[in-house]
Amino acid sequence: MLQNAVSEKAIKKHSFGNRVKQDFKLNKLKYLMVLPVIIYFIIFAYKPMYGILIAFQDFKPQLGIAGSKWVGFENFTRFFSDPSAKRVIVNTFRISVWSIIIGFPAPILLALLINEIKNKFFKRVVQTVTYMPYFISMVVMCSLIKVFTQSDGFISHFLGNFGLIQTNLLANKTLFLPIYIISGIWQTVGWDSIIYLAALSGIDQEQYEAARIDGAGRFKQMIHVTIPGIRATIIILFILRMGGILNVGFEKILLLYSPSTYQVADVISTYVYRMGILNADFSYSTAIGLFNNIVNILVLLLTNKIAKMTTDSGLF
Amino acid sequence: MNHSKVDEGIASKSFDVLNTLFMVFLIIVCFYPIWYVLVASFSTSSQVTASGGALLWPKPLTLGAFSKALAHPLIAGGFKNIFLILLLSLPLNMIMTLLCGYFMAARNVMWKNIIVSFFIFTMFFGGGLIPSYLNQKGLGLYNNIWALVIPGCLSIYNAIICRSAIDAIPESLFESARMDGATDMTILFRIIVPLIKPTLAVLLLYYGVGHWNSWFAASIYIKDNALLPIQNVLRAVLLANSNMLNEGADPENINTFAETIKYAAIVLSTLPILCIYPFLQKYFVKGVMVGSVKG
Repeated sequence: MLQNAVSEKAIKKHSFGNRVKQDFKLNKLKYLMVLPVIIYFIIFAYKPMYGILIAFQDFKPQLGIAGSKWVGFENFTRFFSDPSAKRVIVNTFRISVWSIIIGFPAPILLALLINEIKNKFFKRVVQTVTYMPYFISMVVMCSLIKVFTQSDGFISHFLGNFGLIQTNLLANKTLFLPIYIISGIWQTVGWDSIIYLAALSGIDQEQYEAARIDGAGRFKQMIHVTIPGIRATIIILFILRMGGILNVGFEKILLLYSPSTYQVADVISTYVYRMGILNADFSYSTAIGLFNNIVNILVLLLTNKIAKMTTDSGLF
Repeated sequence: MNHSKVDEGIASKSFDVLNTLFMVFLIIVCFYPIWYVLVASFSTSSQVTASGGALLWPKPLTLGAFSKALAHPLIAGGFKNIFLILLLSLPLNMIMTLLCGYFMAARNVMWKNIIVSFFIFTMFFGGGLIPSYLNQKGLGLYNNIWALVIPGCLSIYNAIICRSAIDAIPESLFESARMDGATDMTILFRIIVPLIKPTLAVLLLYYGVGHWNSWFAASIYIKDNALLPIQNVLRAVLLANSNMLNEGADPENINTFAETIKYAAIVLSTLPILCIYPFLQKYFVKGVMVGSVKG
């Protein structure tokens, strides 16, 4: 304590240069210990950011960034005049917006319902079982979807009982989106409800007491106490969700889509993957990726601003 | 007044009943697909095809699919590779996370805020898929096991969870240790690590499950089939309709277990995780809270 107080005073007294020296002397080991982390971020986060420059080049790997020709915004204009561009942008927004509309409220609703369960043991069972699908890997998840939805699969069989024709559901253009969204909810609704349940348990019990004295029934308590109690959590999670509006489940789509569903399932990130990794069209795909990244950040900032203006809560 | 209270009572009761029914329905919906896979893995192919999706119990119960799956060089190799990845990654993950978390929790460090913002910025903006891919290829992290170990050796989200755990330790403990001549290294590994063991266990689980379930990196950085981790083997077998599994196998066995060998592989790859998670469930809330709200 004493040592620190003295050194702090010493740091304040001196000029900037001296302060740097003092700080370094005092915290040398701390800086040394964080050095591997800094190097890690430079190599694996900031170097790729520098690599974004190839979006403005006609990049040839053998020439490198320094040797490749600069082409300005040519890759971007090429993307916006590409007939695939409209398709992948529309698909990305459609899949993302539907995922938010249906997928965002689902865990909130589940948390509210779990919160109403009175039997502690049953509550625990529900939680344990609904968290479980979250730990299934994406590959296994998509395999299950594929196995269950193929023409002789479990779901097709089930639908067959209602006189519907048994076909490969996943290859059906109109069914791709519902399958994507429903399976997504199946996998994550339990896990996503954890945070709301935590927020719910933080609500002061006295508020419920007061509401009961005022004659509020269970439903009124839910509307006037429970929901306002988790409002801030909902808003923050909503902003974060909006910040990833163009980050649709890339891995999942990559595993589930097929040329027969490209028309509805091909999204910006899968297009980047095919153009960049499979076709080695590096500059073009980097330009599309950069566009995707910038839109994400703009939506995040915009949602944050709107949330701040209307509700006073926000991320920053 | 009395009347409305009775009404309220009935409404409340019927809500409870409906809610319970809905939860039971939810349990079935969440659990049945998992159960189906489990049962299918203990069955023969003909049973699975004949069942039409309604598999409640394997009859007769057979372990044939498991022995076939484990005996298969690709599946066995997939497990071997993922265990090797875990063995190399997890110590690196924990050390990097502790070093990052310790620095983020440090006090009276002049350049801390600038350095930490430098880390946090990467949560919102990154180079994207292609520049990262080119970067990694350029570093030689391509078609070898290190390509799946080094680039993912630190998660800033996990470092933030670690920081919060360190923050919860009273500063006076460090002060007195420093008085006794302890260095930052000693403080971190001798004082902090034993105190935040539960958090470290959760982080170990997060990293472990993350490595275990990941497939995309291996799909673009690994070209050699013999180096593929289990998820990528599963992907080839289950999703790409590849005949990888049948190559060189006894034709008779293909017929009996062709379908169920897939389920056995799914069970083998998923069960370890489903088995450990209930024990760590109580820590989830903390982890999720820190990870998403403070993140």
